[in-house]
Amino acid sequence: MSTDTQAAPPAATPQEGPVRVQRKLPRYAPFGLFAGGVAVGAALSALTGFSVISTVVYGVVLGTVAVYAASRAVEGRRKATDRLVTSLVTTAFGIAMVPLVSLVWTVLDNGLARFDGQFFSNSMYRVVGEGGGAYHAVLGTLIITALATAISVPIGLMAAIYLVEYGTGRLKKAITFFVDVMTGIPSIVAGLFAFALFTLLFGNDFRAGVMGAVALSVLMIPVVVRSCEEVLKLVPNELREASYALGVPKWRTVMKVVLPTAVAGLGTGITLAVARVVGETAPLLITVGLITGTNLNPFDGRMATLPVFAYYQLTQPGVNEQAFLDRAWTAALLLIILVMALNVVARLISRFFAPTTGR
Amino acid sequence: MAKRIEVSDLNIYYGNFLAVEGVNVSIEPRSITALIGPSGCGKSTFLRSINRMHEVLPGARVEGKVVMDGQDLYGSDVDPVDVRRQIGMVFQRPNPFPTMSIYDNVIAGNRLNNKRMKRAETDELVERSLRGANLWNEVKDRLDRPGSGLSGGQQQRLCIARAIAVEPDVLLMDEPCSALDPISTLAIEDLMTELKERFTIVIVTHNMQQAARVSEQTGFFNLNGVGQPGRLIEFNPTEKIFSNPDEKATEDYISGRFG
Repeated sequence: MSTDTQAAPPAATPQEGPVRVQRKLPRYAPFGLFAGGVAVGAALSALTGFSVISTVVYGVVLGTVAVYAASRAVEGRRKATDRLVTSLVTTAFGIAMVPLVSLVWTVLDNGLARFDGQFFSNSMYRVVGEGGGAYHAVLGTLIITALATAISVPIGLMAAIYLVEYGTGRLKKAITFFVDVMTGIPSIVAGLFAFALFTLLFGNDFRAGVMGAVALSVLMIPVVVRSCEEVLKLVPNELREASYALGVPKWRTVMKVVLPTAVAGLGTGITLAVARVVGETAPLLITVGLITGTNLNPFDGRMATLPVFAYYQLTQPGVNEQAFLDRAWTAALLLIILVMALNVVARLISRFFAPTTGR
Repeated sequence: MAKRIEVSDLNIYYGNFLAVEGVNVSIEPRSITALIGPSGCGKSTFLRSINRMHEVLPGARVEGKVVMDGQDLYGSDVDPVDVRRQIGMVFQRPNPFPTMSIYDNVIAGNRLNNKRMKRAETDELVERSLRGANLWNEVKDRLDRPGSGLSGGQQQRLCIARAIAVEPDVLLMDEPCSALDPISTLAIEDLMTELKERFTIVIVTHNMQQAARVSEQTGFFNLNGVGQPGRLIEFNPTEKIFSNPDEKATEDYISGRFG
């Protein structure tokens, strides 16, 4: 099927050089073969009742086999293996993209219905059916996440500085180990920890946004420590030595040479740590709970947050079920946008704060 | 301001490993002292122990005395930070601070130590230091540009300007020209000859012609074998080392018949 699309060179190579000359498939051949495979796959699928999934599966398998066979016939074994592996990794990439694209598509499709002004300006106070919004939940998420960041960043950053600049021996190893362990603790455990802590301190009925902030910072600190540690390790030792050789004390070297050099990476790491916790549901569910009105004081009373808001809209709909479902989807969409925005911010930070070479 | 340094019975360790053993040497003020020897023989280690940069590495320690004008630099009441303010250092690879401009790099020693200075004073200090490092004419129009945008030779001279801006008494140079081309090397050698009017200079070099060209005194380090400590084999005026050394090993090394 492909030998006839072969244009040049003829079988008897005109000039014999020191390097072996090989016949090659034309550049469009693999795409053509894959398209053919999909077409045949569609036909096969139509035999058993047409479906998109079976068409794609048949098509990819047939395309891969066809490209391998054609390449084997024309180009030889090494090239054929190369093309086979190229097909396999491309397919793997495609499979990995399926859930992501599907998720974004579904959330956009369902969430855009209520992505309006009212959603951002109204709370759920005295709303039982349509209307209402997540004004209170958006502000609650922002306040609690900001508070968690304010707790986590100083602790995490200083722990990372300790590990890289000061720590030696057993204590350093122990801290590294426990940070690794903490990275893996389930978020519900962090929530229970904060719940138990505040119950011990303030009694059974205490509820406040700060509880959620503490729970989130338990999750966030190890991420901050890890990412900041990696970034600080990247600062060349020569710069520290240059600073010491100028008679600069160690703490000032860290403050004025190491941290400014690493600031781009630190900003990126911290932003990604924020993105990691902004969508946490379980710890907020058991600590902060949910209210329908707006509470902007994180030190007193329950607060609404976007993930918990979405959870309750979904699980405990009122009289007009569709209105509650729509609000849940929109809250989910808003969370995804928030995380995406944080990722963009992280990229911007690493671009604008990176040390310039000036060349 | 240039000061004499007396080193007696200095043993330098990395953890339990004795890297350099029994160094006795007297470094003259207002002169250039060169340290030569094969790789791994402890020249750089010895150099770094003069301004207590050696102990920055974990587990590194020193026994013996390094005395500068009567004061033991390893005395229990001496802060290594203060030692390094008196004894500046230039490294093998140029290492300007990447976050700072050329201007800020030169005054880094003062600014990082929070020394309050008026703008006119710092301007004057930057110009004086850059002129001292023979770099002023090349960079005077772009002092606000990053130091890492300069060429390798210019970066190294920037590092020298940074080191002399804190007005040290002694300047240690650890193979300052090994990453540079011959023209930049010449510029830095000329600079050293000028600087020795004001500073005591100690330079580690693999380039024996360089040692012969610039130094008054030369020390030859060697080690007997891998895992053995390095020793100062011979310390003599440069002319004597290169014409009629006391030790056979020195002559072998200098004439290329090493081993």
